[in-house]
Amino acid sequence: MANLKDIRKRINSVKSTQQITKAMQMVAASKLKKAQDSVVQARPYASKMSDVMASLAVRVKPGKHPLLQRRDEKNIELLVITSDRGLCGGFNTNVTKAADAFLKEKQPDCEVSLSVVGRKARDYYRRRDWEFKTEEMNPGSASFSQAEAVARPVIDRYAEGEIDAVYVVFTEFQSAMTQDVVVKRLLPLEPKALAEDEIPVEYLYEPSEGALLAEIIPRYICTQIFSMLLESVASEHGSRMTAMDSATNNATEMTAKLTLLYNRARQAAITTELMEIVSGAEALN
Amino acid sequence: MESDKIRLKIASPYREVLDVEVDEVIAPGEEGQFGVLPGHTPFLSTISVGQLIYRQGSQLRYVAVSHGYAEVEYYQVIVLLDAAELPEDIDLERAEKARQRAEGRLAGMGPEDKDYFEELAALDRAMNRIAVAKI
Repeated sequence: MANLKDIRKRINSVKSTQQITKAMQMVAASKLKKAQDSVVQARPYASKMSDVMASLAVRVKPGKHPLLQRRDEKNIELLVITSDRGLCGGFNTNVTKAADAFLKEKQPDCEVSLSVVGRKARDYYRRRDWEFKTEEMNPGSASFSQAEAVARPVIDRYAEGEIDAVYVVFTEFQSAMTQDVVVKRLLPLEPKALAEDEIPVEYLYEPSEGALLAEIIPRYICTQIFSMLLESVASEHGSRMTAMDSATNNATEMTAKLTLLYNRARQAAITTELMEIVSGAEALN
Repeated sequence: MESDKIRLKIASPYREVLDVEVDEVIAPGEEGQFGVLPGHTPFLSTISVGQLIYRQGSQLRYVAVSHGYAEVEYYQVIVLLDAAELPEDIDLERAEKARQRAEGRLAGMGPEDKDYFEELAALDRAMNRIAVAKI
């Protein structure tokens, strides 16, 4: 029966797909481990950075630095962070969905410009005829220089008054199983409220307050973007691992079903053949 | 919170380099080295390429540092840097190679070339690393 051959072919193809998904899952698992480590290792720097920033923000007057200015939100920059590669479940669609929702909410009142990190976001918005201010790739590992490349144009344009607020859509890493898409405001900076018993201490500055702020604030923003990139990369690998795990399981299930079907068809073929032989012999008698 | 020690924390974007109790810190500020003893007045400074020295008892230790800044509080010094390396982490061979590479490139350039200062900075970092590793 031709049917038998078809089923055998399907089984083989499902099995080889399974091998691929299994391999991808294992690669993603080991990359996830690395990405998770770098998230953890980058945390002390980032948290100390926010401490310093927070303590600075209460002491410094908003006029001291262009990045501390607040304006009414008329021109908004949205930074969308996705991955370069697919096959990671809903990872990229979740991000673009959240970004679209954000656009829908803000677009009536504000002018929104777009910056993207990752090929998936670029392709998605290019198909919808968006122009990007900056686009960066996201090769599955984040570096600080990459964060700087993303941050610099944003910082410059905010300082020049071209944009009044900067938001980021990215995926926050919770665990290998759960990742949350969040929209965060990067600029203007949020000054932390002082705790009741805290008294702001005057600092000495070297070289000068202005020069220091000019150094620290852009660095702080780079650090923020860097940690978002790290989170996004870890989430990508986590998401791919889960997606590939379920793909592998589905393939196993499918092979089992197909094998059953195959055996049934084989049995049926044998039975018909036997019937033919028996009836043939009967006819001879 | 009275104390006769300072908590020294050094971190780069990629990892936490150091978190120790020390007696004294000497850091290369942009406007010259500055020393910090316990009880120092709160102070914020940029750091330039050089050697950060900290003292534990009578022992001096060195860290090769790159650009960044330091936040000094009464009993705590937080140093945030582009890069920081402890002497035992420095790959002397690699630093030596980086130095030679930068020197080679600089030989054919003058200050009018656009990469000149970048290469000069690279040479600076390499020399600094070598100096720290050899202490």
